[in-house]
Amino acid sequence: MISRRLLLTTALVAASATLPASVQADEPIKVVATFSILGDMVGVIGGDAIELTTLVGPQGDAHVYSPTPQAAAAVSDADVLVINGLEFEGWLERLMEAASFDGKLVVATDGIEAIAYDDHDDHDAHGHDDHAEHKHDDHGHEDHAEHKHDEHGHDDHAHGEEKHDDHAGHDDHAGHNHGAFDPHAWLSPTLAMTYVDNIAAGLAHAAPEGASAFYENRAAYSAELETLNADITAMMAALPEDRRTVVTSHDAFQYFARDYGLTFMAPQGLSTESEASAKDVAELIEFMRAEGISAVFVENIADGRLLEQIATETGAGIGGTLFPGALSKEDGPAATYLDLMRHNAATIAGVLGS
Amino acid sequence: MIWELFLEPFAQFGFMRRAMLGCVAIAVGATPVGVFLMLRRMSLTGDAMAHAILPGAAVGFLISGLSLGAMTIGGLVAGMLVALASGFVSRMTALKEDASLAAFYLISLALGVLIVSTRGSNVDLMHVLFGTVLALDNAALILLCSIASLSILVLAILFRPLVLECADPQFLRSVSRLSAVTHLTFLCLVVANLVAGFHALGTLMAVGIMILPAAGARFWTDSIGGLLTLAMGIAILSSFSGLLLSYHYSLPSGPAIILVAGILYAISLIIGPVGGLIAQNRPRKRTAS
Repeated sequence: MISRRLLLTTALVAASATLPASVQADEPIKVVATFSILGDMVGVIGGDAIELTTLVGPQGDAHVYSPTPQAAAAVSDADVLVINGLEFEGWLERLMEAASFDGKLVVATDGIEAIAYDDHDDHDAHGHDDHAEHKHDDHGHEDHAEHKHDEHGHDDHAHGEEKHDDHAGHDDHAGHNHGAFDPHAWLSPTLAMTYVDNIAAGLAHAAPEGASAFYENRAAYSAELETLNADITAMMAALPEDRRTVVTSHDAFQYFARDYGLTFMAPQGLSTESEASAKDVAELIEFMRAEGISAVFVENIADGRLLEQIATETGAGIGGTLFPGALSKEDGPAATYLDLMRHNAATIAGVLGS
Repeated sequence: MIWELFLEPFAQFGFMRRAMLGCVAIAVGATPVGVFLMLRRMSLTGDAMAHAILPGAAVGFLISGLSLGAMTIGGLVAGMLVALASGFVSRMTALKEDASLAAFYLISLALGVLIVSTRGSNVDLMHVLFGTVLALDNAALILLCSIASLSILVLAILFRPLVLECADPQFLRSVSRLSAVTHLTFLCLVVANLVAGFHALGTLMAVGIMILPAAGARFWTDSIGGLLTLAMGIAILSSFSGLLLSYHYSLPSGPAIILVAGILYAISLIIGPVGGLIAQNRPRKRTAS
């Protein structure tokens, strides 16, 4: 508390030194968020005290965004730039440089326990066992992290690998734009709390006079996230053990899977940009046949053609549309982050539970 | 062993059979067109045309989503407009065909990018433009086979004037007005085959399966009949091996197919008896022929 007040006063002093106080109070600070889900969170926390620009809007894919001059202008003017981090916005660095951004950069995933990319390297049939293993010691976060680091190191090759012998696919993942971690962390409501903490702190740093409002908004929103988490937990807990596998177009749901004890499989890798190989598709089909998976889920911003073809071949139906990486338009089922999470959970639970 | 390596994937999985059928259709339709493009020194025209199609397909996608019909029609319209306009300009003005084609495809490309951007949607256009051969549904297969059949039929009708144009364009132009018709119909065939190719492999790789087998076949024979059959054979072999590589080694299928075609081209280039690296640089053989 003391440190915050100290920070606050220093910031105020610094601000008053450069700007007349009246201007500070009247003008909303300019905030840029990189994509729709982040934009929604920032909007909730910032309220009227900020002027928000979202670079990749609803139904837009932030994996493959190419910035416009307006985007560069918005970034260049911004007081705060909120990004997801974990190398999700591969295009951002160049944009920040080009726009000579000198405001406050908020990395929403700062401080989260990210899922290492290698853990979920194989989103195909092998992935299943790995997941089940993780799930059991999922309670203690510390535990989990340790487990992961171990596996990441040397043990990795000792156990898991013999069944991957024929899996020459490691190099095809090198083409991804993503770094070492799965960036889709917002799909976990508990991690979303870290998001809003980071956002609130960042906004408060840039506009200290609004800080109390930001923290109030954050508290209210965190409570909603709490409820959301409890609701989804209840929904997923009701699912039978043998019906906890979800097939989607691209591998975005690892955090969601970790939180709620599900397994997600996809023919495409972590990025929507990668191209599936015949082997990936064949393994997925074999797995679906073996497990008797009856429905697949398409995604709002991914190409569903391949998945539809897989569904046809295995006789599975289309269970519904999930929204992993972008909000829907305002009249859609996932216009806000909370709606998006509820929609995804309800769609999955509805099909798996039936 | 042979069964497991080469046939089992196709026996076991419907998507592999569909992929192979799609590739055969493209091989039959596109490679003869590629042979004529090569003989007429228009190999790069295919590439230019692919760029010209791209915006049309993108616009079709923006209007009605991932609809096969809209994207096909969009691509055909954009490609044919560019083909016809550049053909018209090169015949009616002093500008040569390559320059006018370049001009029109650049205009088309810029227009497409503009339209896509103003719609403000960033929905993954790369996926539209790089289709995957693993996701061919019935409608796409029917389209591929129809275009291949049409292409073969039209080529059969135009065979004579096309060969003449390859050998001596000035002569055909002087004796017959069919020259212009032949040329424009041929360009339309190029467009139609590229549109078919982008459903299976994506626009840019569609050019690969059109040109590489033709270029490879050129090192083995001089006769047009030989070129056509050999090119088709190379294309089918590349597709088959590419798909199997993709299946066994977990490689993306489109690039795998094109790379196999590229390897076959490189081999032909080196050991091909008709003007290959080795044959060409053997002095005695050269004076003898």
